[in-house]
Amino acid sequence: MSDMDDMDDGSGVIKKFMFLNRKAPHGTVYALEGLEVVLITAAFDQDVSMVFTDDGVYQLVKGVDSKGIEIKDFSKTYRALEGYDIEKLYVDQASMDARGLTEDDLIVDVTVLSVPEMANLMAEQDVVISF
Amino acid sequence: MQFGILVNEGPYTHQASDTAYLFARTAIEKGHSVPRVFFYHDGVNNSTRLATPPQDDRNVSARWSRLAADHGVDLVVCVAAAQRRGINDDVLAPGFRISGLGQLVEMGIQYDRLVTFGD
Repeated sequence: MSDMDDMDDGSGVIKKFMFLNRKAPHGTVYALEGLEVVLITAAFDQDVSMVFTDDGVYQLVKGVDSKGIEIKDFSKTYRALEGYDIEKLYVDQASMDARGLTEDDLIVDVTVLSVPEMANLMAEQDVVISF
Repeated sequence: MQFGILVNEGPYTHQASDTAYLFARTAIEKGHSVPRVFFYHDGVNNSTRLATPPQDDRNVSARWSRLAADHGVDLVVCVAAAQRRGINDDVLAPGFRISGLGQLVEMGIQYDRLVTFGD
């Protein structure tokens, strides 16, 4: 999460990139390494959306303490996303309900979407990358 | 059509790399182009030339190398993911190179499709 200077592929093309976060923050590396791609994509001035679904909603839950597993806590990065102009954060209502979570349990402001709303949003994207 | 391919899992444990390879090869056979394959997460482990699978098994990294040699496919390994996992220039199979995540984002921007293979 360094070298965040603006990058450019020279084409001037801006596409809609959606990052689909499906995995819990710890247990596998997908959430952490996925965040790296999100930040780089924003540095390319692309139109970035992040979706949190399935266990991915746990990435945004308040009070994560990873000291016990001796792995870096990167949850602060989600709060810093605004600074990279990443403001489109969506969570899946059904995934929240299944885990007994509400928006008050999350560390950032999000838009909660139903499954049909999520499907419509996905259909609008140029690129969907799933971690 | 131009396809970018993202491989997120290592060889042998997961089928992702096999399926990605078969997809790439078939796309090329059908007249499409696959200018680049990007290896991320444990996918970087597909790039080592040190793997020596049994002779009656496929050699995953060698197969990617052959695709690069025959069709000019650019095989890019994420530097940060590679460094975490002990992959560096000394162990790379032919046709692979190490570079940054910008190469992945560029595939999304420039190609018609970006297809992910992983769990």
